[in-house]
Amino acid sequence: MKKMRRSAIKAANKELERIDAFFNTYANMSSGLIDPEGIERLCSDVEVDHTDVRILMLAWKMKAEKQGYFTLEEWRTGFKAIRVSNKYALKKALPELEKEVRRPTNFVDFYSYSFRYCLTEEKQKSIDIDSICELLNIVLRSQYQAQVDLFVQYLKTQNDYKVINMDQWMGFYRFCEEISFPDLSNYDPELAWPLILDNFVEWLREKQTQS
Amino acid sequence: MRYSLIEWDEGWNSIQKSMNKLNRVIEGLSETPFDAEDFMMLYTTIYNMCTQPPPHDYCHQLYDKYKETIEQHITLKRLPSLAEKHEEFMLQEFVKSWERHKVRVKRMSHCFFFLARHFIPSRSLTNLEEVGLNCFRELNLRARVAAFSLIDREREGERIDRGLLKNVMGIIVEIGTEKMDAYKEDIEGHLLKSSGEYYSRKASSWIAEESYMDYMVKAELCLRREKNIVSHYLHSSSEKKLVEKVEHELFEPLANAFKQKVSLEVKALVQQAKDHASSNQDFNGAYGMQEHVLVRNILELHTKYLAFFSDCLIKNYIFHRALRDSFDLFWNGPVAGSLGAELLAAFCDNLLKNDGNEKLSDEAAKDTLEKVAKLVSYMSSKDLFIEFYKKRLIPRLLFDRSSNLEREKSFVTNLKQKLGGTFLTSRIDKMVEDMTWTQDNKTSFSEYLHSNPNVNPGLDFTVTVLTTGLWPSYKPFNLNLPAEMKTCVEAFEGFHETKTKCRKLNWINSLGTCYINSNFESKTIELVVSSCQAALLLLFSDADRLSYSEIFTQLNLDHDDLVQTLYSLSYGKYKILLKEPNTKNISPNDSFEFNSKFTGRMKRIKIPHLPLYETKEVIKEVEKDRRYAIDAAITRIMKKQKVLDLQQLFVECVEKLGHIFKPDIKTLKQRIENLIDRDYLERDKENHNIFKYLV
Repeated sequence: MKKMRRSAIKAANKELERIDAFFNTYANMSSGLIDPEGIERLCSDVEVDHTDVRILMLAWKMKAEKQGYFTLEEWRTGFKAIRVSNKYALKKALPELEKEVRRPTNFVDFYSYSFRYCLTEEKQKSIDIDSICELLNIVLRSQYQAQVDLFVQYLKTQNDYKVINMDQWMGFYRFCEEISFPDLSNYDPELAWPLILDNFVEWLREKQTQS
Repeated sequence: MRYSLIEWDEGWNSIQKSMNKLNRVIEGLSETPFDAEDFMMLYTTIYNMCTQPPPHDYCHQLYDKYKETIEQHITLKRLPSLAEKHEEFMLQEFVKSWERHKVRVKRMSHCFFFLARHFIPSRSLTNLEEVGLNCFRELNLRARVAAFSLIDREREGERIDRGLLKNVMGIIVEIGTEKMDAYKEDIEGHLLKSSGEYYSRKASSWIAEESYMDYMVKAELCLRREKNIVSHYLHSSSEKKLVEKVEHELFEPLANAFKQKVSLEVKALVQQAKDHASSNQDFNGAYGMQEHVLVRNILELHTKYLAFFSDCLIKNYIFHRALRDSFDLFWNGPVAGSLGAELLAAFCDNLLKNDGNEKLSDEAAKDTLEKVAKLVSYMSSKDLFIEFYKKRLIPRLLFDRSSNLEREKSFVTNLKQKLGGTFLTSRIDKMVEDMTWTQDNKTSFSEYLHSNPNVNPGLDFTVTVLTTGLWPSYKPFNLNLPAEMKTCVEAFEGFHETKTKCRKLNWINSLGTCYINSNFESKTIELVVSSCQAALLLLFSDADRLSYSEIFTQLNLDHDDLVQTLYSLSYGKYKILLKEPNTKNISPNDSFEFNSKFTGRMKRIKIPHLPLYETKEVIKEVEKDRRYAIDAAITRIMKKQKVLDLQQLFVECVEKLGHIFKPDIKTLKQRIENLIDRDYLERDKENHNIFKYLV
């Protein structure tokens, strides 16, 4: 018994060593972090674009705090969870990871994480419209293409908002989930939808009557 | 001895027989009484049937049969006997039946008493007496029809047997035990509905035929009658509901008709004024005779209809709402709420300033201003009016244009009375107070100068002291004052120090007014100018011609301010200075010359100051204040309630802010989002319509 437990610990330690070694292939030696350049290399090793949603999902799995950087701690958290310690395994694990994230219970968390991940400054609470549009395209477009395309179009034409906050960001996801589209029949502006969505719906309705 | 088992049919037959006898006795049809022996027989049978071992224990069946028997009696005997009678006779029968019913239930429940010992309490069933009395509800429908027809007859003026109705209602209250279910369900609800319909019919015929006054007299009579009805034969708990219902049915149509009528009159007045005004200019801040007449008419209209309701004995919010809504058209200008508010403020200005175009006696002015205050109290955007009012009050006070400080004071008092809250009026109140201080100290200042001849500048001058924070923040011009003015300033500072030690004076040269006698070739004209204009003009008493840079160094004004001052003296109606070259813009290379050939018909000329205000700016300011007010209201409400949904929060905000303005839902949402951003609130994670207060 004792022997078995000891061997399990040994195996785990081995695994951890491999994960650490994997980390070190990309880490910047002076800072001890994987910086944007390291991430770039990692992406090309597993043959995905660095703007690919799966990299964001990886960051979510690692609970990475700062955009463009992975610490050793985060790296361990993430890779232990998906049981990967080299680039080949990682490449194979990505589709599974995507499937996991797309599960509805995980997705809301991932969706809100993706917003927080983009907050780079201290005390920053909102994100500029251009970045939001990009983020929407990466995160949500595959699920709600029509809604995202129109919302992005709206965001780029309106003048009332220069930034989007978390409440509005989450509001749009709820909008995609709950509102029948494109007829919008169950949208009730009397409810506490963020004002930006009231305006978006107004804009949509106007657009629909015009065409 | 052992009893033999009693089968159901056998037992029930014997019970029924005894009960038939009991019935006949109660109806007075039997010759032999239902005596103790009969009772013992019945009781024993029931006792035995209840105590037999299962499956021959018939408690439940007996309980059900007890009710069934009474019900049958009601439907087979009582109902038909009621059906053959009508109105009062039927109600009399109803009362009689009830008396007998009570006796019957009482005696029957005695007979079945054994059920009440164990069976009923163990299953928490309704007790026998209540079950029995409740069966009588079956007859309530009949009684209701008859009673309502009687009530309607009384409403039409007939005399009816009120005692009888009182008895009937009493019975129905009694049936329903403590909660009065029977009364509430069988009578009250229907009564409210039928009364509503009755008065709604009345209302629509009166509205077509009667004058408002006659209508009100009739309505008042009706209300009194309904209260009478309640006091004579309904349960007192119905009074409030019935009166409210009747008020609603009678007043709502009148209020609507009234609103329509007044709205039309308002519309006609606004239209008339628009038609008179030259076609190319809508109302936009310009205030002329047309506008003055319009406001005067609106005011009279409002006073007339307000008086109409004050004369009536009935005070009801429905009418006040109608009156308020009727003037919407007047209030709603090009920018929501601005037209009326702005015009009304200008109207007040006209009455309060010394060169207004309507000269009124003190008495008449006071009267008119009182009416204005009343009208303001009916506005929904009071804050907007106050802001416009303030914008016009300031120049009136600062540039000595107010006809009479007493009048100003009394109007502010009127406003305070009508608007209640100090929030709206406190600033204008204190502004007027500042002026009072100044006026009160005028004499003591001249006494001071008299006793200190060494500081006396020999010029006639007064100083207005303003409290910091109350007034808009004015730019303290960097202006080199001419020597004459400097001595004035020093003299007053000396005086002020004798009055108060701990207050510091900041001089706001941009607000000063000077009267200068200017010797032109043809005649001497008194110029009324600002301190800057005066300082600039005084430079020309020593020199005929000055370059821009010379003026700039001597006055030490900012370039912008200097350009503006030069502009006011060398362009426009009165060209006191001649500019060389004579172009449209002022540039640093220009030079200026005193226009000694200037002349005019007047002895005194007022060189215009800067424009009073921009309507849009005022509205922006008010919107900003409203945002603060909404933020404060939301946080205060949420601090108390902790969790609220959007609709509840909206209702509470309207309640809280309604005396100042009516917030709209869109602005409210915007403010909520802002407060979320600032971490005062958060949205509930499950239900996004609910907000939570964060400490």
